[in-house]
Amino acid sequence: MTRGQGESLWADARRRLLQNRAAVLGLCVTGALLVAAALTPWISPYAYDEQDLNLGASPPTRAHLFGTDSLGRDLLTRMLYGSRISLVVGLLATLVSMIIGITYGAVSGYLGGRWDAVMMRLVDILYSLPFIFFVIILMVYFGRNIVNLFVALGCVQWLTTARIVRGQVLTLKQKEFVEAAVAMGVSTPGIVFRHLVPNVLGPIIVYATLTVPAVMLEEAFLSFLGLGVQPPNCSWGILIAEGVKHMELESWLILFPGFFLSLTLFSLNFLGDGLRDALDPKYRAD
Amino acid sequence: MAAYALKRLVGAVPVLWIVATLTFFMIRLAPGGPFDQDKSLPPDILKNIEAKYHLDEPLGAQYLRYMGSLLVLDLGPSFKYANRTVNEIIAAAFPVSLELAFWAILVALTLGIGAGIIAALYPATWKDHGVMSLAMVGVCTPNFVLGPLLVLVFSLTTGWLPVAGWETAQDRILPALTLGAIYAAYIARLTRGGMMEVLRQDYIRTARAKGLPERVVILRHALRGGILPTVSFLGPAIAGIATGSLVIELIFDIPGLGRFFVQSALNRDYTMVMGTALFYAVFILAMNILVDIAYAWLDPRVRYD
Amino acid sequence: MEKTEEKLLDIQDLRVHFHTRHGVVKAVDGVSFGLERGEVLGIVGESGSGKSVTCLSVLGLLPAPPARIESGRALLAGRDLLTLDAESLRRVRGKSISMIFQEPMTSLNPYLKIGVQLVETLRAHEAIAAEAARARAIRMLDRVGIADAGIRMDGYPHELSGGMRQRVMIAMALLTQPDILIADEPTTALDVTIQAQILELIRELKAEFGMAVILISHAMGVVAEMSDRILVMYAGRVVEQGNPGEIFRHPAHPYTKALIDSMPNPNASADRLPAIAGTPPDLARLPAGCAFAPRCGFARPVCRETDPDERTRPASETPALGAPEALTRPGSPTRSAEPGHAFRCHVDI
Repeated sequence: MTRGQGESLWADARRRLLQNRAAVLGLCVTGALLVAAALTPWISPYAYDEQDLNLGASPPTRAHLFGTDSLGRDLLTRMLYGSRISLVVGLLATLVSMIIGITYGAVSGYLGGRWDAVMMRLVDILYSLPFIFFVIILMVYFGRNIVNLFVALGCVQWLTTARIVRGQVLTLKQKEFVEAAVAMGVSTPGIVFRHLVPNVLGPIIVYATLTVPAVMLEEAFLSFLGLGVQPPNCSWGILIAEGVKHMELESWLILFPGFFLSLTLFSLNFLGDGLRDALDPKYRAD
Repeated sequence: MAAYALKRLVGAVPVLWIVATLTFFMIRLAPGGPFDQDKSLPPDILKNIEAKYHLDEPLGAQYLRYMGSLLVLDLGPSFKYANRTVNEIIAAAFPVSLELAFWAILVALTLGIGAGIIAALYPATWKDHGVMSLAMVGVCTPNFVLGPLLVLVFSLTTGWLPVAGWETAQDRILPALTLGAIYAAYIARLTRGGMMEVLRQDYIRTARAKGLPERVVILRHALRGGILPTVSFLGPAIAGIATGSLVIELIFDIPGLGRFFVQSALNRDYTMVMGTALFYAVFILAMNILVDIAYAWLDPRVRYD
Repeated sequence: MEKTEEKLLDIQDLRVHFHTRHGVVKAVDGVSFGLERGEVLGIVGESGSGKSVTCLSVLGLLPAPPARIESGRALLAGRDLLTLDAESLRRVRGKSISMIFQEPMTSLNPYLKIGVQLVETLRAHEAIAAEAARARAIRMLDRVGIADAGIRMDGYPHELSGGMRQRVMIAMALLTQPDILIADEPTTALDVTIQAQILELIRELKAEFGMAVILISHAMGVVAEMSDRILVMYAGRVVEQGNPGEIFRHPAHPYTKALIDSMPNPNASADRLPAIAGTPPDLARLPAGCAFAPRCGFARPVCRETDPDERTRPASETPALGAPEALTRPGSPTRSAEPGHAFRCHVDI
């Protein structure tokens, strides 16, 4: 593959992505969210720990657009800070899962034969296990902090990545440029990482985009149960859990975090689907 | 078929052994013990408790003891619920979770397959777009968001359904709907895809050319192949429903195993957490085997092997 | 002169268009023919010539949208199938008119037992007990040459070879003793030796049950051997029709001649079949004039400008009284070579 072809491939993918309205919408919402999270310390209307006990729980007003909780804390501010943690956990856990998945898949696909069969059989087995239980076990025994959280989530999300990478490697392995590299005496790991991994970049980008919402959902799930992010840190899962406790009288406390979590998952999924269709038209959804 | 099921069950044994071993050593490697938080305990009492649960033995002995008890299906005593074994707690609480899961699957299958068929029969019409948009919303709405919203609308605002509890038939409606909704959404998408694929097949044209009533063409000829993607998805769906029941039981105050599991995790009740996780692993593996058998029954071209 | 009343099936000026994003595809663009009781009518043409679409549209088996029947009538015993309500048309399908298809591998439902698929056909049209239906199905399987018919009833299609499956399809089609069997490329997907067996079976069963057969094929040889009458279709129209003897002796349309020339000839020493040059036209963008002109060795300037019909039958002109019906009905070829042999072409070849 020449460089010119490669460039037109990406340009073609970008054109297809921009034609997909749902994906563009997802891209915009995701982008806005990332910007808001990055600029939180400068744009949030109140300080993170600022309370107004005299005000207490207030529905949305001009001063507090999303209302306040029973301690008089501004919900918008807490959601902005919460988005930082939710996003960081989502991105880092995805990174962990990608590193494990790519390595595992590339090695399995490259070795082939019996090793490949054993390694993929293991993936099959792991697929059928209820992973969140093991994340919970990890969190229980190793402590509920953010590093353990994203490592644990990353450790259970790599299976599909491994399968995708392995499949791609098996296909690419047959191609001439790899044979040429072998003939020139490039070492085995060198071949795998220098020649094959760049070629599986497309599918990996797609799957990473789809892993981020999956991990964010799991983080919110665990935090909701009290097993994820711990106060005084704040994530959307924690806000939703607090909202559930007070929803009878203060429904805005559940509505805003719930809506924005769903919206984020929605956008990232649309973006991921759009990327998949753009990068590989054959590999369509459903 | 029985031989196939048996073979699969035997194949699951090493999986469970690996899972049990990994969890066991993971726990022992982790810093701190189950009673560290009870700082008020005098050292000699702590010693007694540790002796009672054999925590003073060497690691290897503890491992062998645990594996030995697993062989006779004994998950050991709970560390926190005094005088109750993990087996007893599971036996008492799991039927509740199982019932919840049953209703949730029923919701997922009926809503999902029904919606998927409608969307597939009228592609690119308002019916299709409506169903599929709703499914997309369903896929992206976590159950711990959907549950409170349903409670807000159907219990707190209108008062039609109970807020929580697990006594009457009405108590089942909201939890089952909440837990099943996301899988109904996935199944609707899968059924639509599967049906669209099957409806293009030559044998559907044959069925019509034979003069079969349209109802028979759809329900006997098309649905059989059209639900195969859904059947494949049932394994992950059951695992997801088992997981989801953790939050649903918490939100709706249902005395099921999921709530015990979360409580034990928060309490660091080691044997309870490990026993429950293993139990769920067995349950889900067994369900996967059942699903595979169902698949082979639906598709005669698949051989048991 | 043919009489309309006697015809079993009478197709008149049928037009079926597909409304797609790329334009209107005129898959069938004015086709008329009749089918007599007990007759074998062969329809021959390349893929895309409209021969399958004609038959599928008569039975209401085309997906609509995109397919739309623009005009025409399809009279079966005086009833127009094209305007029939869904339920009445369903009663015709598989009962009066049965159909078998090209792909025996995919035309049977892989998920249902063969017996189920046979019995349901019978019971969709007749009030018959399950046991009796099963017995009849087994007899029919036996008749079409399936060994161990009783055992096969409980088997699945994938357990059978392609030829066996086509036999099952034929059994299924004939269970209800239809008046008409439409065989759409019944042998195309089969091995050569099996092809001959299946054609022989259809011939036998036709004689036995006395039904009319519409045999659709792209192979002139298959059609010529089996048919009492042949329609040659090109680009959604009948370009030539007549009995096999006349058509073979004096093909009047260049396309027919090309089809005959491309037949495998056991006596010829040529190691390569002469194929028809060029590709079938894009039915959404038909050229002006004759649709075959771009591929035609005999084409003259007039062929690229004027539709052969327009010259030989101006729209305003009323057909002369007593003219052969084949020439006067809309959708029929307009030039006559011999009685019963008509074609649409500017050129005499």
